[in-house]
Amino acid sequence: MSRSSSSPSPLSPPREPAPALMSGAGLLAARGEQAHRRLGPLSRRLWALWRQVQGYLFLLPALLIFALFVWYPVVLGFVMSFQSVDLINPATWVGWTNYRHVLADPLFAIAWRNTLAFTGYALLFGYVVPLVLALAINEMRHGKSYFRLAFYLPVMLPPIVTVFLWRWMYDPDAGLLNALLSLVHLPGRLWLEDPQTALPALVVVATWSAAGSTMLVYLAALQGVPASLYEAAEIDGAGFWHRLWHVTLPCIRPIMLLMLVLQIIATMQVFIEPFTITGGGPQHATLSVLLLIYTYAFQNADFGEASALSVMLFLVLAAFALVYMRMTSRLLQGD
Amino acid sequence: MKMDHFETLHRPDEQEPAAVAGQRWRAWRLLLATRRSSAETMVSSERTLISPLMLRRPLVRALYWGVFSLLLLGTVTTFGPLYWMVSGALKSNVEIFQTPPTFWPTHPQWSNYSNAWQILQLPLYMCNSLLLAIGAVVLQLLVSATAAYALSKLRLRGKNALQFAFFATLMVPSVVYLIPQFVNISDLPLIHVSLINSWAGVWLPEAANAFNILVLKSFFDTIPSELIDAARLDGASSWQVFTRIVLPLSRPALAVITIFTVIASWKDFLWPLLVLSNSNLQPLLVALYHESGLNANLPFSYLMAGLVFASIPPILLFLLFQRQIIRGVNLTGLKG
Repeated sequence: MSRSSSSPSPLSPPREPAPALMSGAGLLAARGEQAHRRLGPLSRRLWALWRQVQGYLFLLPALLIFALFVWYPVVLGFVMSFQSVDLINPATWVGWTNYRHVLADPLFAIAWRNTLAFTGYALLFGYVVPLVLALAINEMRHGKSYFRLAFYLPVMLPPIVTVFLWRWMYDPDAGLLNALLSLVHLPGRLWLEDPQTALPALVVVATWSAAGSTMLVYLAALQGVPASLYEAAEIDGAGFWHRLWHVTLPCIRPIMLLMLVLQIIATMQVFIEPFTITGGGPQHATLSVLLLIYTYAFQNADFGEASALSVMLFLVLAAFALVYMRMTSRLLQGD
Repeated sequence: MKMDHFETLHRPDEQEPAAVAGQRWRAWRLLLATRRSSAETMVSSERTLISPLMLRRPLVRALYWGVFSLLLLGTVTTFGPLYWMVSGALKSNVEIFQTPPTFWPTHPQWSNYSNAWQILQLPLYMCNSLLLAIGAVVLQLLVSATAAYALSKLRLRGKNALQFAFFATLMVPSVVYLIPQFVNISDLPLIHVSLINSWAGVWLPEAANAFNILVLKSFFDTIPSELIDAARLDGASSWQVFTRIVLPLSRPALAVITIFTVIASWKDFLWPLLVLSNSNLQPLLVALYHESGLNANLPFSYLMAGLVFASIPPILLFLLFQRQIIRGVNLTGLKG
């Protein structure tokens, strides 16, 4: 097979029934072998080659697109992190300078702290809420599909709509939140202007818009809990809490772990909420890593430093991605 | 998580009733009734944490209705902001900034919607968004279906290595190569073409979607090879097997990918914002973002009306294709 590419002859082009060789099973295999035997060794090799070429023609669009728009930019990112790139002058090699500058930037520590805080808050709100919602909705005998729809609705809103809407609701004077507070005679707050509340306020927005899809995943997982387990537990005299703790939760634990890792990966990429609602303020209280990357690149026109910070973000996310990959492969094997 | 979700995607009871003139509503009611009954039998046949026996106890019943009303109250948190947006767009420019705000518009300005439609040039931007979505669907289906077919049904040398190279990109969030991607498309290697300010600059990078390939390949894997062998015996070429057998059998999977691509394309913001600075090419959301920042005279209620218009297509799609979307989320949920 390996020599086939070196000895093609233009004199013996592949004949028509060649594709029949594709399959290996049953009758077809027998026929294929017959076809093989009828041919000379040279044309047999040519057929094999033609088959390979045909297959790779199917892969060609994906190969081109992935090479040009994923594999190449990923490599380019590593290269650019060692270069000075401003898109006007040709790129020059600068060694570790970009990394040194990024690490020396006082905003570096702030951005990472904020991003980690965002992830932490997002898990605090965003991990429990969908799970509890799914558990409760799954028990409902009435209005199940209404609840599912109602809680999933925010996921369908375009993110720009969500952030504009919430920015207005957080408005200290004309916003809905302070109006509701004043209804119950509580003092309003400067939600987005106060460094204390700005970040949690953004977490609420992110959770509001993302919780629905996590909830759906849990709901699907809950449907997969076998009824026989509940019945067996009941016969053994297990009460509600016992069944919840020893049947329901263990059954959906793989999904719960998976969603945990996924949520960490997703929330560490927080960008659109600080970018559009607070612009990273007040006093850098909502500056995230991705927003800092954006600032380096599109405000300071320093694509090298932006790449250096991207590489750091990549390394952190890749660590979580590896955990995720091991989990999914274990989960798929378990199926 | 398992791919057999798809097998139930296309159910015979989902077919639209024939619209007899004047009896359309009756047909629809019939359809709704059959759907509801099938949904209910599905729910009641399932056993959950609480047993039916337990539910007969008065205390448990009270708790059940307590949780039910809590959930009902919880839906206020999702519908409330939506109501706030739709009603805000009806307020006059004075009322919308009034302190304290009014919960119900005192003089609903229905003209706000039509004015916003014209002033924000919504027909242009909606058309842009639509065309961007159509292009995304065509390109992504083409790229991922051909690749998935080759990976699933053809014997190729080096297939495993390629498969790994495709699926490994699932582990690399696109934001970490956002900056090099921008530099990349502003001067493509070898051909030195800039895709900045062209729709190709949005379409091509998002077509590199390994998740589509994964979903389609898993679906193609379930097509029995006997079927393909039979077609081969009849002399069908690889291309004919692809277009006449594999694609028609995979309509449910292709539908899920189409719906998700349309919605993702409509919601996409950051990448079109970076690539399309020419306002005549921008999709709706990018245009609204620029409009809110650049045009200081734009009445706030017009912006809200624009946001309402921007939300209608994805919500409509969701209501129409709920079943497919919910099943799809269970697949894509793994991706996040």
